[in-house]
Amino acid sequence: MPKPGDYYDVEALYLPEERQVRDVVRRFVADRVLPNAGRWWQEGTFPMELVPEMARLGCFGPTLPEQYGGAELSPVAYGLMMQELEYGDSGLRSFASVQSSLAMYAIYRWGSEEQRRQWLPRMAAGEVIGCFGLTEPDAGSDPGGMQTRAVRTAEGGWRITGAKRWITNGSVAQVAVVWAKTSGEPADAIRGFVVPTDAPGFSTAMIKTKASMRMSVTSELFLDQVEVPEAARLPGARGLSGPLSCLTQARYGIAWGTIGAARACLDEALAYTGTRMAFGRPIAATQLVQERLVGMVSRLGAMQLTAHRLGQLHQVGALSHQQVSLAKRDHARAALDIAREARELLGGNGITTDYGPMRHAANLETVDTYEGTYEVHTLAVGRDITGHNAF
Amino acid sequence: MKIAVLVKQVPDTATRIALAADGASIQTSGIKWVLNPYDEFAIEEALKLRDAHTGEVVLVSFGPDRVEETIRQGLAMGADRAIWVKEEPSGSAEMDYLGRAQVLVAALAQEAEWDLVLVGKQAVDDDAAQTGPLVAALLNWPQAMVVLGLEVDARARRLKVIRELEGATERVELPMPAVLGAQRGLNVPRYPTLPNIMKAKRKEVRQVALADLGLDAASLADDRRVVVEGYQLPPPRPEPKVLTGDPAEAAAELVQLLHREAQIL
Ligand SMILES: Cc1cc2nc3c(=O)[nH]c(=O)nc-3n(C[C@H](O)[C@H](O)[C@H](O)COP(=O)(O)OP(=O)(O)OC[C@H]3O[C@@H](n4cnc5c(N)ncnc54)[C@H](O)[C@@H]3O)c2cc1C
Repeated sequence: MPKPGDYYDVEALYLPEERQVRDVVRRFVADRVLPNAGRWWQEGTFPMELVPEMARLGCFGPTLPEQYGGAELSPVAYGLMMQELEYGDSGLRSFASVQSSLAMYAIYRWGSEEQRRQWLPRMAAGEVIGCFGLTEPDAGSDPGGMQTRAVRTAEGGWRITGAKRWITNGSVAQVAVVWAKTSGEPADAIRGFVVPTDAPGFSTAMIKTKASMRMSVTSELFLDQVEVPEAARLPGARGLSGPLSCLTQARYGIAWGTIGAARACLDEALAYTGTRMAFGRPIAATQLVQERLVGMVSRLGAMQLTAHRLGQLHQVGALSHQQVSLAKRDHARAALDIAREARELLGGNGITTDYGPMRHAANLETVDTYEGTYEVHTLAVGRDITGHNAF
Repeated sequence: MKIAVLVKQVPDTATRIALAADGASIQTSGIKWVLNPYDEFAIEEALKLRDAHTGEVVLVSFGPDRVEETIRQGLAMGADRAIWVKEEPSGSAEMDYLGRAQVLVAALAQEAEWDLVLVGKQAVDDDAAQTGPLVAALLNWPQAMVVLGLEVDARARRLKVIRELEGATERVELPMPAVLGAQRGLNVPRYPTLPNIMKAKRKEVRQVALADLGLDAASLADDRRVVVEGYQLPPPRPEPKVLTGDPAEAAAELVQLLHREAQIL
């Protein structure tokens, strides 16, 4: 009998070890996250005590080679890990996404061997938390418009000045990957720097007024003439392709993660409508409610099949960033729609954090916006299929 | 220490069991198969002993193709390697507990110098709790089942074991080698970590056919003494009766029902 949460039995396509990864993370989330997710979200705190546990499990940088503390997970296994974390909360998945796909991946992909050895094993172990500073108060969808500058010092290092905004983990990070324009070079000379957050001139401020992603720390970074040596520059990264390559990894994880949030909402909607009585029968016995539940199952099934296909393409190195854009765009929106539907089906109870859907729906507003908004991904795919740049 | 852990694949306890047409077996399609939960305690204990005393932990399992996934799960917890006696689809009679224990003992006999054999105190599929005692008897080793605590004196080759009894515990001492059956509470089994799941793929799982052990399924089945005649699912719970309407009438009807149908008044 098909399961509502996996109607097309997509799990039969996963390798045994991929299922095991999923099951282990699922168990962790059930034991350690679900009992407290609503409270953490209300309080607006990230449960830092989970960091060493997630590290021990291997959730940070899991696709990287073993020598850097990774587990060499397949793209599908990595996606399943993200899916299960986001079943708990999008903020939990965001923590793992930023640590793994943004901060660690940037250092792995664009860093020197020395930088990799200096940072990656400790980040995998959860001893060093990383953040990724691209967005600025006046440059989000158009990161090329960034104002942060890096200027050469007399000693051959760099002096960085500017502000970053909406930076996940900013206030709890020991290291920041900061993207800045170097002066005296062409205007698009964007470079990446690995900046210890205790460097003089570096400060942060937490953004506390969020009505979304409340379990995740989001901050502003202020860099006031922060000096770093040349060895802190990521030697491989030149231009926007540096940060964008990292975003492609993280968006791939979002295309999977959103499946978890959507499935959590479906599970709750099914359970609730099956027992909630109105007009003398469970509300699940009404046509209007069934139509909505089936709509959720239908969209979830499509997300699962798409994500698995992305994983296959990723595995053989044939995944284009535009394909990732389309899936990120559609999955964030589908999960948001599913969460809103579930919220409604739970009636008054649906607006509380005693149940998941409102929390997930609020979180997914962020997921729909960050890592490129719906429109930005539409324009990326639009350009790809028409050849016309409409940004 | 060289420790064998006998592991069995069982249906997930959340599985809704359906009977096959013959009534003497269950439908295996659609079942989620997992490592027997009591075996997790056995593996955890073996890993702790190995880490304290050095040595190796070898999983031994008898089962069809699908058990490889469960074996890998045990390897992902940290066991070093596995011996998998492959069970071919029989189509005919099944062997009994003794037959299956003979297979496991024959697999163990392929190697020398076992210090301990650990098992789960029972498997949650048939709840027979036979494998540990039968294997011990066939090996002619001492055994202790329902083990809640274990101390190993490797030099003296003695074991101090705490066993759970109904409402009490029992302390026993026995020599090595021995067979021990793990009870819930012996330890807290570790989660397999993501790196260990990936490493488990590269660990040795030695496949052995029954013929390699000088056994064959048909004669083991013929020799069986315990035969499963049939299964019966628990009767479905009757629909609850909800009394509505005027409270006074409903109360009167309730008294009637308690008297006539429930017969407790
Ligand atoms: C909780 C949270 C965490 C975040 N974490 C990080 C992080 O760790 N690191 C980081 O660098 N950033 C992070 N971000 C920033 C995020 O990536 C940006 O908010 C996002 O890229 C949008 O940028 P913006 O907010 O400046 O919006 P804008 O770019 O100002 O967009 C506003 C609206 O205009 C639309 N729009 C823009 N251009 C066009 C166009 N050409 N055509 C049509 N519509 C257009 C957008 O789609 C959007 O609807 C985070 C954001 C949030 C909310």
